[in-house]
Amino acid sequence: MVVGRTLWKIIAIKLFIMFAILKLFFFPNFLEKNFNTEHERAGHVLDNLTKAPSAP
Amino acid sequence: MGDQILTTVDWARAQFALTAMYHWIFVPLTLGLSFLIAFFESIYLKTGDEEWKKLTKFWMTLFGVNFAVGVATGIILEFQFGTNWSNYSWMVGDIFGAPLAIEGIFAFFIEATFFSVMFFGWNKVSKGFHLFSTWMVALGANLSAVWILVANGWMQFPTGMAFNPDKARFEMQNFWEVALSPVAVQKFTHTTSSAFLLAALFVVGVSALFLLQKRHQLMARRSMVVAAVFGFIASFFVAFNGDESAFNVARRQPMKLAAMEGLYQGQEKAPMVVLGVINADKKPGDNLPAFHQEVKIPSMLSLLANRDPDSFVPGINDLVYGNAARNIVGAEQRMITGKIAVSALASYKLAKEKVDAPAAAAALALFNKHKGDLGYGYLITPAQAAPPVALTFYSFRVMVVLGTLFPLIFLLVLFFSFKGTLEKQRWLLQACVASIFLGYVAQQAGWVVAEVGRQPWAIQGLLPVGVASTNIAASQVQVTFFIFLTLFTALLLAEIRIMMKQIKIGPEV
Repeated sequence: MVVGRTLWKIIAIKLFIMFAILKLFFFPNFLEKNFNTEHERAGHVLDNLTKAPSAP
Repeated sequence: MGDQILTTVDWARAQFALTAMYHWIFVPLTLGLSFLIAFFESIYLKTGDEEWKKLTKFWMTLFGVNFAVGVATGIILEFQFGTNWSNYSWMVGDIFGAPLAIEGIFAFFIEATFFSVMFFGWNKVSKGFHLFSTWMVALGANLSAVWILVANGWMQFPTGMAFNPDKARFEMQNFWEVALSPVAVQKFTHTTSSAFLLAALFVVGVSALFLLQKRHQLMARRSMVVAAVFGFIASFFVAFNGDESAFNVARRQPMKLAAMEGLYQGQEKAPMVVLGVINADKKPGDNLPAFHQEVKIPSMLSLLANRDPDSFVPGINDLVYGNAARNIVGAEQRMITGKIAVSALASYKLAKEKVDAPAAAAALALFNKHKGDLGYGYLITPAQAAPPVALTFYSFRVMVVLGTLFPLIFLLVLFFSFKGTLEKQRWLLQACVASIFLGYVAQQAGWVVAEVGRQPWAIQGLLPVGVASTNIAASQVQVTFFIFLTLFTALLLAEIRIMMKQIKIGPEV
């Protein structure tokens, strides 16, 4: 079934782009990448929550 | 935007909107067509007529195309949580974790497992088990929708949780309160029934194309009748739970309702603006008219919002500046208490760092007193509490007008099918083909109402979008925005191309 092969190719290419390129190079988890512990991550978020609001 | 530079938040918002809208092109057809295929195959088993099997396999092929192209596009949205929306992602992790885990493990595995049987199991498993698998794919796909919509429902109406100021996150206190929140339940019923409607339009439209081309006419007629019945019934559910939605929104997101209606000044016997041209210069609190032109139905908004045609419906000005006579505390006042909450949270953090227990306890008590208005503490001006009115207003009307048109189309299809003259109604067949596109427009318009109407909130009343986002360079988000635009456009064009080819080939001989 030719359409089946085409669809599998689309799935494979799509998943490769998403996980091997986009996730790896463009979508790091900001908090996991920049902070080592849950305490540090919570501290960072709390810092953001307790900052004065910036201009719209 | 004028000559303002788009900020990181703007790009992150635009990226999420882009990817969510593309994702929502593929999903509703999966949700609805899965059930239609199950109905078609059930008829095949009941009648033993091999024409129904051919028909089922044809629509299953198109279902497979849409499924394959669309699968995993939702994961892109999760990527963005961790990168562009790290504060939000951290804060809601405990709430979203359970629903999204259930979605992945339970619903998707059902879908994926039985999908294989459905597609590759023809003549390899018994007819009964194959039919069972087809129904399980439909069930699995729609069960996936439950959990995502529970998560989105919680954003619109946060419930069943408590904020932990030490961990800076919302912690789930009651799973069932989250899962069975009236907003979540209504969202699920409205979203899935609208998806059924879209799938019906798709089948009716493609079948109409066959009739116009005088190809596969038996299959087309049969498909149209089943889909038109399915779509007609779905239309009523869409209307019913759309009404429930308005009732819910009036109670839990009154600002969204006010924006949907372009209602600035609250009033009793509030009219519904059926059609109108919004005054783009109008701002909360000014004296400009809200509309350049409007066609109104008296008392209709009061009736829809409160089920009482004489009742008061608050407007944007009431919700921004308050209305003491109506016991409405406006954003202006809530900003004051919100800023106390933000300040108390900062004091609590500092006191904990200094290991000053009495100061921490006092700060925590003050925070707890005002935490309900936490989100308002981040606003600069009260008017920021109002969402973009024009976009919300027009999107709502596009959705409702189209949603009113679709059952008429289904009814006409059934009428002329019954009379045996459907093929002669070229005007109707052409309208059916065009309605495929209109169905998608209505779908997108509905989500625009839901998500633009909740601005500025990422979590209603508790976290504005600006605070939810990660502090990263706008350029980083710009790059991925254009990557997604390219990727998703390529996927969509691929799907259209493959679909058109399969439609041209038609059902297997």
